[in-house]
Amino acid sequence: MDVSPALAKPLAMPWRPRLKRMLRKLGFWLSVLVIVSPAILVFLWMLSLSLKNEIDNVAYPPVFIPNPPTFANFLQVFEENSIGRYLKNSIIVSGGATLIALLIGIPAGFGIARLGARRLTVLILIARMTPALSFLIPLYAVFQFLRLNNTLTALVITHLVITVPIVVYVMAGYFETLPKELEEAALIDGASVWKTFIYVAMPLARPGIVVGTILAFIFSWNNFVFGAVLAGREARTLPVAVYNVLTFEQLAWGPLAAAAIIVTLPVLLLTIIIQKEIVVGLTHGGVKGG
Amino acid sequence: MSAVATPPARPAAFLARRRRSYYYFIVPALVVTGAVIIFPWLYTIYMSAFEWTIGSTAHYVGFGNYEKLFANQRFHEAVLHTFYFTVLAVAAPLLLGTWAAMIFHREFPFRGVLRGIFIMPMMATPVAVALVWTMMFHPQQGVLNYLLSLVGLPPSLWVYSPTLVIPSLVLVEIWHWTPLVMLIVLGGLASLPTEPYESARLDGASEWQLFRYVTLPLVAPFIAVAAVIRTIDALKTFDTIYVITGGGPGTASETINLYLYLQAFAFYNIGTASAVVVVFFVIVLALAVLLLYVREKTKWM
Repeated sequence: MDVSPALAKPLAMPWRPRLKRMLRKLGFWLSVLVIVSPAILVFLWMLSLSLKNEIDNVAYPPVFIPNPPTFANFLQVFEENSIGRYLKNSIIVSGGATLIALLIGIPAGFGIARLGARRLTVLILIARMTPALSFLIPLYAVFQFLRLNNTLTALVITHLVITVPIVVYVMAGYFETLPKELEEAALIDGASVWKTFIYVAMPLARPGIVVGTILAFIFSWNNFVFGAVLAGREARTLPVAVYNVLTFEQLAWGPLAAAAIIVTLPVLLLTIIIQKEIVVGLTHGGVKGG
Repeated sequence: MSAVATPPARPAAFLARRRRSYYYFIVPALVVTGAVIIFPWLYTIYMSAFEWTIGSTAHYVGFGNYEKLFANQRFHEAVLHTFYFTVLAVAAPLLLGTWAAMIFHREFPFRGVLRGIFIMPMMATPVAVALVWTMMFHPQQGVLNYLLSLVGLPPSLWVYSPTLVIPSLVLVEIWHWTPLVMLIVLGGLASLPTEPYESARLDGASEWQLFRYVTLPLVAPFIAVAAVIRTIDALKTFDTIYVITGGGPGTASETINLYLYLQAFAFYNIGTASAVVVVFFVIVLALAVLLLYVREKTKWM
């Protein structure tokens, strides 16, 4: 059996490469852990704070798992801090600003795409570069003059600064990817440009519209500084209320974390819905607003 | 099929004539953009030439606001704080984001879910997140000092220390915006051709050599785009700093944006604030142009 040395060699060899491969795999998963865990841990800590009573929240060493979990913080935030009203304000402001942005932004995106007027999106880039505060000084003065300060109308108008560029940008990009042939066929058959837009282009662009809507809504929802400056007690949006009302009234950590979750949960849910589209869409140019 | 109502003789010319109607689609957006974006810019430039506190009458001072600003010690410090913050808040997310993109570019189990979790910070409401970080930074009851103690490190004062406040705030910024860098670089990686890899592998290149001499140069333009976006955003950071420190302790974390906010909406010095906006915008624009120019010039590395 002088075959054995020849056989033994290939049998004995693989352990080293296999060990190396295992180590490499281990290292890879370790880096996945390092990269992903901060993202999730902060949210989990937020959740943990919101579900614990105050004694556990200020305990040292910290209590990680709420035992037993309590919803008292959430109840307190809703009952004593009228967060319901601010929630409503936020929905009106972000919903209104997004709706108006869709009404004017979808046609604009279509026009830009069909004219090949990509240069117009430079305007959007510049708007993105300008600090949000700088829009506020003039708008504040104008609203003061129109007696609109401290109204939801003023906030909706200001939030257009965020929502319109996002919708135009997303829609221009989306319409560009649609084939022109269908529209051209409709035009040659005698349809007006407007009808072609409504009946041919719009239905095809539905996925783009969904992404544009959600992104505009999210970044409007997240905005803090517009509400902080323009809204008084009545017209506050949720992020402003969480900061102003809750911290100034020296609220304990539990309710504060509960409020933070109420603000950010809708956004996180929307993010999960369009996760794939964000990955594809944002990779080409970063639409992040405000 | 001759019954079809006279089709246009020359479709190309017909379509070209139709082209004009597309302009009407843009008009409403242009009007709104003009009202809420362009008008404020022009108004700001105009107002920066006046000394005006809300409630009093404005009077023309020419470049007076700018002169006062450039002589102002507190503004100088704000500029320095902004640059310090920006350098850290650009470099760290770029490194980590590129690393994360290399990881998520590979195929592995649960990639979609993990990537979804990874990009969540980017979408989370900054104010809400800032509140949670404030609690985590707390020197006595904060979870971060507990974590330090677990690995045998002494507790830190985090945002309560004048020297550590900016790096601590950068930590929040890294957490928040590394995902954006990752997404941009990931987009770049997805668009790379496969041939260079095949030939490099045939030549016996190691993993590191592949990354250093093939991947990195090819993906560099995307990293440059991420750098520009990150620079602009870092310069503009407001919510996190305002909520966590309010520019403190003292003025240790007062950036241009915070200074601007105080001037405009605490002291109501609209003229000065407008001048700050103009200076700020020039800085942002200059840096963005510089970065794009460097990218064009060197093709980076």
